[in-house]
Amino acid sequence: MGQHSSGKNYINEEPGLLSWFGTLDHKRIALLYFVTVMFFFLIGGIMALLLRLELFAPNVTQNVGQILKNGDVYNQVLTYHGAMMVFMVIIPGIPAILGNFFLPLQLGAKDVAFPRLNLLSWYVFMTGAALAICTFFSTKVDTGWTFYTPYSIRTNGAVVMMVLAAFIMGMSSILTGLNFIVTVHKLRAPGMTMFRIPLFVWAIYSTAILQVLATPVLAITLLLLAMERVFGIGIFDPKLGGDPVLFQHFFWFYSHPAVYIMILPAMGVISEIITTHAKKTIFGYTAIAFSSIGIALVSFFVWGHHMFVSGQSELAGIVFSFITMLVGVPTAIKMFNWLATLYKGSIQFTAPMLYALGFLFLFAIGGVTGIILAVTAVDVHFHDTYFVVAHFHYVMVGGTLMAIMGGFFHWFPKMFGKVYNELGAQLSWVFIFVGFNVTFFPQFILGAKGMPRRYFDYIPEYEQLNKISTIGSWLITIGFLIGLYTMIQALRKGAKAADNPWGSKTLEWQTSSPPIMHNFDHEPTVTAGPYEYK
Amino acid sequence: MASGMLFAMLLMNKAVAGTFMPEQGTDIARQIDDLYGFLIIVSFISCAILIGGMIYFAMKYKRKSANDKTAYITHDTRLEVLWSVIPLIIFLLVFAWGWIIFHDMRTMPKNALEIQVTAKQWAWVAEYKNGVRSSEIVVPVNKDVKILLASEDVLHSFYVPSFRIKQDAVPGRYTAVWFNATKLGEFYVFCTELCGTSHSSMVTKLKVVSQADFDKWLITESEVGLLPIAQRGAKYFQTRACASCHNVNDAVVKVGPSLYQRWGKASVQSDGSKVIFDENHVRESILLPQANISAGFAKPSPMPSFQGQLSESELAAIIEYIKGLN
Repeated sequence: MGQHSSGKNYINEEPGLLSWFGTLDHKRIALLYFVTVMFFFLIGGIMALLLRLELFAPNVTQNVGQILKNGDVYNQVLTYHGAMMVFMVIIPGIPAILGNFFLPLQLGAKDVAFPRLNLLSWYVFMTGAALAICTFFSTKVDTGWTFYTPYSIRTNGAVVMMVLAAFIMGMSSILTGLNFIVTVHKLRAPGMTMFRIPLFVWAIYSTAILQVLATPVLAITLLLLAMERVFGIGIFDPKLGGDPVLFQHFFWFYSHPAVYIMILPAMGVISEIITTHAKKTIFGYTAIAFSSIGIALVSFFVWGHHMFVSGQSELAGIVFSFITMLVGVPTAIKMFNWLATLYKGSIQFTAPMLYALGFLFLFAIGGVTGIILAVTAVDVHFHDTYFVVAHFHYVMVGGTLMAIMGGFFHWFPKMFGKVYNELGAQLSWVFIFVGFNVTFFPQFILGAKGMPRRYFDYIPEYEQLNKISTIGSWLITIGFLIGLYTMIQALRKGAKAADNPWGSKTLEWQTSSPPIMHNFDHEPTVTAGPYEYK
Repeated sequence: MASGMLFAMLLMNKAVAGTFMPEQGTDIARQIDDLYGFLIIVSFISCAILIGGMIYFAMKYKRKSANDKTAYITHDTRLEVLWSVIPLIIFLLVFAWGWIIFHDMRTMPKNALEIQVTAKQWAWVAEYKNGVRSSEIVVPVNKDVKILLASEDVLHSFYVPSFRIKQDAVPGRYTAVWFNATKLGEFYVFCTELCGTSHSSMVTKLKVVSQADFDKWLITESEVGLLPIAQRGAKYFQTRACASCHNVNDAVVKVGPSLYQRWGKASVQSDGSKVIFDENHVRESILLPQANISAGFAKPSPMPSFQGQLSESELAAIIEYIKGLN
């Protein structure tokens, strides 16, 4: 293709650091998100290390084995760890970085439908993030990322500011989702029918629907909470005539779909990595695409499974348990489809593929423990114990973060036009994968034994498993540092990457690496599906 | 063959049930562990199929050359129906099984011994029909016990791991949970809903004793009113949750200042002023915690106010107890 000769690409076409802050190019905006989200990930990660360090030993007396000053500080650190990882890392992670970069490329489009809105989304996101960080220098919030009332109404922390921050970041999430939906419907290249779009696009599209429909509910809830705190209007606080359980219904009505906002894009990434690195057409394209949509829709009706012991009626518990079982089916379908895709493939053990296989491994465990938790009678024991902590880390870190890392390495040659060191990338995988299991598997056992979550201190019989878990967190840290080092070295010294180093069939690999400003020399015409490996 | 497999699974189930779980203190706990054992086995088999299949395929179909040709398989309706329907059947089975037990857990038995348990930051207080108040929950063995839960401030959650029961205490309404303890002994009660500073120390014991010991205990406890004033204060110090934040055995600080050997001495306030640790100082600190914050402690103080919650006689008893700590 002709674009090689000019040497221009989206990175060097507009010079100067300032050009990045006014850019309307989806690829550059993706990199803005990349840098900021990675920064927040670093901070959230340090918080996690602090929590694990505190839990290394029980506080036999107040001075031995204690890292954080007291229970208040511990509660603050767990709140910022949770809130940052959810609102500032995992929710924007895949859609805003990889989605922004590859959705238009995979559709054969020049950009997203509303480039200006896309840039605005980043600024809105940064405003919210800045406000969230401001609370850290005000009175710190100690409610947990769930802001359960009436504690969140009575605590001294800067809950209003924090809630406003989440509100603003939610706004950004809505705008991004809207942009992607319109892009998918309106900007597909000629011949790119809905059933020829890559599965990553299907996943981002399903996520976008969730972002647009669910996030406003969070916004309303948080606004009500702020009004209650500021004006004393009784909505959730029983002292003012409100109902605290109502808050939980509102909160989870958003936050359960949000779990799928976090995992659906990861599933999309996995479909891309597996087909490419096994050089194999996807097994059950339609089933995977529709299961994404299915998960998105059903996920609106399962929120009550967070509330089996909240005082919600028995009937409500049963109905929510039942619907939760239904949402397990499309998830199982996806797992089996990926497995079937490996069958008779040509599997190359590249770093992205290792991350994808790691995803399947960890997500299988995260998935089956999700079913265990959906069984009402069993959940009564496991609710709010370390079993739940282990489960959602298996899904969210084992799932989403493995997919993010896999996606970064898979698309690294395309995004930056550089080759990364395969050994470094694989080594990072080994440490993250092993470290992850060492950290979180013991937490299933801790939960079964009854250790509640969000505990600053614990009874001595939980000590050994907590020690193992903390050591695991150091392994994960080493893994991420190796990964980061590998990426930085590749950016500095990496050889020039080929346009299509993996031999992939999707459109983003058919342009230069890194892509030119408007993605393609000529608008591509699509004549076949995305995974035609014959 | 199917029945053989089912039988094998049931046998395994007995072996797996209860793995890593705390001691079974009730029959419900045994039922839940059986279901849990089944879930663990099914989960293990599912993971073995998924992960084992993945590793097998990854090894078997490892890339041999860059020009490998791969099979072009787009879908297989029969397989897809199979792996949708089989999980669905398993999911519905465990759903129904869970429902049956859950229904029992949520149906309050008639003629149960009722105990009112009130949660507050950061203690549990059990109140019995004869007026006994206790920070530890004592119950007779082999008897249905209904715990009526209330909260004085924020959400808490009443969790007895050995009984596999948990129920949120919600301010502004009552919730309830029941159990029938089948084993004598002491069991942990944890709070499992984040409730602030000392959430992780909101731990108490649930003691299961024989009916005779229970009756005796109720009588002894009800005679607290006849005890010497300082001993009565020591009781209140426990039941009013003072003990969860204030140490009395040595000078080590828990959440609030230690009260060991403080009586009559000068105490430095956070504003630098000094006050004498006397009756009025302690009284004011209990009723208006924000008025007196000792140097080096969090401001505002996490201590809740006891204004209107203690009678004059109770207050006097607690003060008398603190005097005796010298």
